[in-house]
Amino acid sequence: MLIHEQSQAGRRATAQAPKVKADLAGIPAHLRRDDVPGLPEVSEMQAVRHYTRLSQKNFSIDTEFYPLGSCTMKYNPRACNSLALLPGLVDRHPHAPDTHSQGFLACMYELQEMLKEVTGMKAVSLQPAAGAQGEFAGMAMIRAYHDSRNDDARTEVLVPDAAHGTNPATAVMCGYKVKEIPTRKDGDVDLEALKAAVGPQTAGIMLTNPSTLGVFERRIKEIARIVHEAGGLLYYDGANLNAILGKVRPGDMGFDVIHMNLHKTFSTPHGGGGPGAGPVGVSERLIPYLPVPMAGFDGSRYHWITEDDHPETIGRLTAFAGNAGVLIRAYVYARMLGREGMVRVSEYSTLNANYLMKKLEEAGFQLAFPGRRATHEFIVTLKKEAKEMGCNAMDFAKRLLDYGMHAPTTYFPLLVPECFLIEPTETEAPDALDGFVAAMRSIREEAQTNPELVKGAPHSLPVRRLDDVRAARELDLRWQASS
Amino acid sequence: MPFIPHTEDDVRNMLNAIGVDSIDALFDEIPAELRCGELTRIPDGMSEMEITALMAERALADSRAVCFIGAGAYEHHIPAAVWQITTRGEFYSAYTPYQAEASQGTLQLLYEYQSMMTALMAMDVSNASLYDGASALAEAVLMAVRGNRKSKSKKVLVPRSLNPAYRRVARNIVKNQGIELVELPFDPTTGATDLKALSDHAGEDFAALVIGQPNFFGVLEDIDAQTDFAHDNGMLAVAVVNPLAMSVLKPPGRWGKTGVDIACGEGQPLGAPLSSGGPYFGFMCCTQALVRQMPGRIIGKTVDLDGKVGYSLTLQAREQHIRRSKATSNICTNQGLLVTAATIHMALLGGEGLARAAAACHANTAELVGKLTALEGVEPLFDGAVFHERVLRLPAPVAQVLRTLSANNVLGGYDLSQDYPELGDALLVCATEVRTEAQMSDYAAKLKAVIHNPPPA
Repeated sequence: MLIHEQSQAGRRATAQAPKVKADLAGIPAHLRRDDVPGLPEVSEMQAVRHYTRLSQKNFSIDTEFYPLGSCTMKYNPRACNSLALLPGLVDRHPHAPDTHSQGFLACMYELQEMLKEVTGMKAVSLQPAAGAQGEFAGMAMIRAYHDSRNDDARTEVLVPDAAHGTNPATAVMCGYKVKEIPTRKDGDVDLEALKAAVGPQTAGIMLTNPSTLGVFERRIKEIARIVHEAGGLLYYDGANLNAILGKVRPGDMGFDVIHMNLHKTFSTPHGGGGPGAGPVGVSERLIPYLPVPMAGFDGSRYHWITEDDHPETIGRLTAFAGNAGVLIRAYVYARMLGREGMVRVSEYSTLNANYLMKKLEEAGFQLAFPGRRATHEFIVTLKKEAKEMGCNAMDFAKRLLDYGMHAPTTYFPLLVPECFLIEPTETEAPDALDGFVAAMRSIREEAQTNPELVKGAPHSLPVRRLDDVRAARELDLRWQASS
Repeated sequence: MPFIPHTEDDVRNMLNAIGVDSIDALFDEIPAELRCGELTRIPDGMSEMEITALMAERALADSRAVCFIGAGAYEHHIPAAVWQITTRGEFYSAYTPYQAEASQGTLQLLYEYQSMMTALMAMDVSNASLYDGASALAEAVLMAVRGNRKSKSKKVLVPRSLNPAYRRVARNIVKNQGIELVELPFDPTTGATDLKALSDHAGEDFAALVIGQPNFFGVLEDIDAQTDFAHDNGMLAVAVVNPLAMSVLKPPGRWGKTGVDIACGEGQPLGAPLSSGGPYFGFMCCTQALVRQMPGRIIGKTVDLDGKVGYSLTLQAREQHIRRSKATSNICTNQGLLVTAATIHMALLGGEGLARAAAACHANTAELVGKLTALEGVEPLFDGAVFHERVLRLPAPVAQVLRTLSANNVLGGYDLSQDYPELGDALLVCATEVRTEAQMSDYAAKLKAVIHNPPPA
């Protein structure tokens, strides 16, 4: 039942609003609203009970194994949240003067420094609000760089066909045309195709490494050389940074600009779809274009670096300093991990992924890239099951929900048929991984003996499979009093 | 090991199962010459107890002042239940509801959010959030240029009285697609958009007109005239509004003869703490006719195999994960958790509660302005009606005054001199419903002392 359907005219959570209704006489009548907005009218307890119950209809990291590939659904330490909500941080106004911001600015400055070190980039800005905005900042900087050299023939951005959809969408938002580069059978970028594609029209390439195929792009130095020789720049999509933290750095691979997803690698909450944080790091030549504001330190005091101090900046992309509260959570996480903890992130996420991959292979599931190491994630293809048992990847995914596990990412990347992109993360114990293998075996058995059970899944959730066609055709996007 | 559960036995057994003798062997596909050494500039890890002490110290360093700054971020009372429920693990640690059956909590909540925002704005459709108010304006401009069937213009009229940060952000984002923002001046007497200057653009080809309510100066605009002007001249009307204000002001769906086409803005006043400027959330509503041009997630109501009501992501063919380079925006992760808070906040306050909070802000700002303008040399700069902010002219340079006030733990407002040098010594002040009479009197007393005993320049 919707909260609106529990509404009773005149009921209110009285304690939450000012006791007296103040006068609006200073506002001319024709600018005023002539009714009370039609929001639910419920008591405080009704609202609390309703939203508590709604929360219980979610799968989450705190309640279920959540191996959603490319999303890094690892445990979000509770201290990160409680410390971000300390008075002084949670109620600091974004325009508070530097004299009243030394604590906050210290955290931001130190986070910038730590992210520089762990990525091998020369400077970092924390401004972008999410990964896709970080991508935008990165591509806008590449554009600003070419513009500054009056190199206006560079109209094209190269994107591997396995890339996240945000990559081509971002390139277009920055005014570029997109050219796709094919992937070889072993999961690496097709270098011959790349060589044929680059030229004076190439602004750059957007690359994820490890790629979305769950493998490390081994010839990255060669790719960097080819693109740089053609005058293009290299953009690193940090979606999979968790796999390589402390092992290899994008800066050392030859990338000119990167974004990081702090809600992935630095364990800030995914929140049911955000907020994220997408800081960007750059090589020497792109420093002038970094988005502002950034935190600076003169040896004794912290201060903001703004447009005035950084005149060639691509500017700001949100009104203030990005998703500051998310950045605080990432800072706390980074400090708790420290130098050794950061390396352990990539080590144990890779250990878990390779163990799970091995166990699934032993159980007879087909790997998309056999013979390759898993990074922090890997791909299983269920095309055999789909063909022989009539149960496809979506059916397996939905049945996994009945087993109390969130499904891996399905049908992405697009070039592997019937695929599961599986990312267990470092915070799962091997028992959870064994449980996943057992569930997959069991579902395959069900698919052989009782396929309707799998095709009709889920059976134990608040709803069964939803009619998405109807949702799109008979658009119902809000509650209305008559409905 | 912090947050890693593996025992030594676990590791040994797992390595045996994989058939390698060390964890490091799993990185053998990375070319050796690329491997990095120790991250020497990252400090040692801290226990929860140690980091708690450090953060408490830092938080304390920033927490002494009483705040009279608004300028796009506002301190409001947020019911205790809002963030207690929002940070339940089931909301906090879930992701985008791709598996709808396992995400009905988030999906139903987002549908309720869309229902509440459309009611507040009197619009047909709401999306499930954008990053913040400034980037929402950028998306609205892109959407208007895409969606205006009467005009192929890539120019949009934007008032100078709109939040300067929003104008900068919008320009930074849309210029890459060759879109130009053309500035509309404000009337120096009222502080509202100069309607005469607007009328000079009659008959010209623009994709849209942006209308702020209230504008950055807190001043209320003649929204009906501007909306009708836009429509009479083939432009879409784009509203940028404070959502709390819409509980007492005419909502954008009712402006002019037909209402605006797109309404967007900063959702922060609906349950998000100040938190140094984020995370907040951008909201966006539009007419039914424009729904397929909308960026971001949209939730639809549908039924399951048994005919039971359920909710799912819909119209995904607009989005980057389906349409890639042809998507309406590159946005993916948005501000789900903030929308969770906003939904619970709106449910707890209701229409009446929001209206009371809004009216209290209006009254408190009027009271503050009364106290401050009673001081010699302090006067209102504009005579237009305001919502909960007002521009004052000071008899001394604003930066100096603010510095002295902040040394006395009063954050006295937002200095307009950088963004609006033409206004002289102009200060934007705000007193929301959380400011008390005593705090306002204290501000007035301290301002009086500063003005009468100006600090050395």
